[in-house]
Amino acid sequence: MNTKTLGYILKRVLLALLTILVVITITFFVMHAVPGGPFLGEKAISDAAKAALEAKYGLDKPLFQQYLTYLKDIITEFDFGPSIKQRGREVIDIIVDGMRTSAKLGLAAAAIALAFGTVLGSVAALRRNKFIDRVIMVITTAFVSMPSFIMGMFMLLLFTVKFTIFPANGAEAGGLVLPIIALSLSPMANITRLTRSSMLDVLGQDYIRTAKAKGVSGVKTIFGHALKNALIPVITYFGPMLAYIVTGSLVVEQIFAVPGIGRSFVSSIINRDYTLIMGTTIVLAILIVIMNLVSDILYKVIDPRITLE
Amino acid sequence: MKKKIFSMHLNVDSFLPASAEEKAYMVQMRPSSTFFRDGVKRFIKNKVALVSLIVIVIVVLSCIIIPMFLPYSYDQMLGVQLGKPVDPSYNNLAPFEFGTTEQAKIDAGEDVFPHIFGTDAQGRDYFARILYGTRISLAVGFFASIIVLLIGMTVGSISGYFGGKVDLVIMRIVDIIYSLPDMLLIILLASALKQTNLDEIIRGTILERIGANIISLFIVFGVLYWVSMSRLIRGQILSLREQEYVLASQAAGAKGKWIIFKHLMPNCISVVIISTALQIPSAIFTESYLSFLGLGVNAPMPSLGSLASDALNGINSYPLRLVIPAVVISLIVLSLNLLGDGLRDAFDPKLNG
Repeated sequence: MNTKTLGYILKRVLLALLTILVVITITFFVMHAVPGGPFLGEKAISDAAKAALEAKYGLDKPLFQQYLTYLKDIITEFDFGPSIKQRGREVIDIIVDGMRTSAKLGLAAAAIALAFGTVLGSVAALRRNKFIDRVIMVITTAFVSMPSFIMGMFMLLLFTVKFTIFPANGAEAGGLVLPIIALSLSPMANITRLTRSSMLDVLGQDYIRTAKAKGVSGVKTIFGHALKNALIPVITYFGPMLAYIVTGSLVVEQIFAVPGIGRSFVSSIINRDYTLIMGTTIVLAILIVIMNLVSDILYKVIDPRITLE
Repeated sequence: MKKKIFSMHLNVDSFLPASAEEKAYMVQMRPSSTFFRDGVKRFIKNKVALVSLIVIVIVVLSCIIIPMFLPYSYDQMLGVQLGKPVDPSYNNLAPFEFGTTEQAKIDAGEDVFPHIFGTDAQGRDYFARILYGTRISLAVGFFASIIVLLIGMTVGSISGYFGGKVDLVIMRIVDIIYSLPDMLLIILLASALKQTNLDEIIRGTILERIGANIISLFIVFGVLYWVSMSRLIRGQILSLREQEYVLASQAAGAKGKWIIFKHLMPNCISVVIISTALQIPSAIFTESYLSFLGLGVNAPMPSLGSLASDALNGINSYPLRLVIPAVVISLIVLSLNLLGDGLRDAFDPKLNG
């Protein structure tokens, strides 16, 4: 690794850290700009009780000092404070709890998207302009622009209402199948298109012709030479894919009643559980930023031909 | 004059003024084609894009024109009439069914306009709600894109025109906003704006008619989505400024105004229009997503996302109410995307990577 690459990585890491800081700052100040405060709501409470509550949560201090405390707690112990609406639970515990299910969901969706996407994309490229290529391209075009929640609703309708193949409740056994498929279709379509175009690009390269000319078998050329290089651009899609899956899972979990982080986020918005909204936004944002960083760096490091700015 | 074969004398005839016949020969036989006409020609050849255009035109026209003639409005509860108890026979009608009083009218020989998609749980004509919801979604998408365009164009051209330190600062800000996870922050902003009393701030102004929620949607779009547009425009201005035809024009004595309007604008505008067109479906998608989460337009105003989200509860009994808005969203988003791609292919061959 040369100094230029190191410099690039350093620059990207710094930008990522700055981005995370900005996210925390925006989240904090936006949520604190909301009029009314967290204790205004269902029950009228006396001024004394309100003051006591505010003192307990440190809300009586100046805003900037609250911000610094919040920032310090996140950085030093990853502590987002207690949930306001769910008594006695820490925000981070709720997030970790939800993450268990959501991580399963997201990872499975990403794996399916990756596996099917690369295979379909390669098939389409190798059979360029044949019938199968046309079919794959038409289907992926439809899937790319279809929002995941629409997809989820169609599947809910088809497989749980019309034909009761899968349970509609994501907490039951087999209940994760539909949400996984709903989340994976659009990234799969994207990966298919990405693989197809980069595969076509690679197949036109000189080294493929050289391999063919020296008598390497077709299978070996495709797997040993073409596919390896064709998959490099797919790495760039990892970041956007994670962002898509995270935002998609917010509604897909709602539709299929999956007890994950997305569902708790949505209900925290409805319940106005401020600390939980902030905590979830920040954790998910950090995840996305890190994934973007990793996929960007991997892409540049793996392919030595790519010039660094 | 006779010419000797090896003579170095030039033929005087070659220097005679051209006759009318010779001039006519030099005139181009076909009319010169403009950039726009070429693009239109390329666009028409693209069947997919043409079909998408037709679909969009049909959708737009029908959601503008049909409500004018429809006897039902989106918020009129048909079972509720002044001075009478609520008539529940109007709630949850299947397509082309009628309520009791309507049935009586039909039996008496009167014409009653059918409820094409039936009615919803509160006895509102679902066809009218779908049309109105489509109108809201399209309008939000369109105006959000315009806002993005205006902010992006202003910032982008300032950055590209001034260059230097201004450019550096703006571009660092753009970098950071660009790497923010936009959807999460949009949800955050939308949920925060929903709690503010925007209603009171805009009361009495022209904005009141649009509604606080849609305005907060616009704010959300305006704050986060302008960055890619401003990057694009800055890049365009920077690269166009260095083009050789600009230099050639300057060498021929062209002044700033001429260069801007004759060279920079026409070359920039197609890229800008295309990316604005591609922004619309993403704005529509975001709006329906937010409405689905309950952060979009206010009830009773429908949007496609909120209609779909409302229908989710009754999915077992009334699946049609979910299918219709879902199909309409997919249709609009898909055909706008295909149209945008088609426009890009037709009008900007350079972008086509």
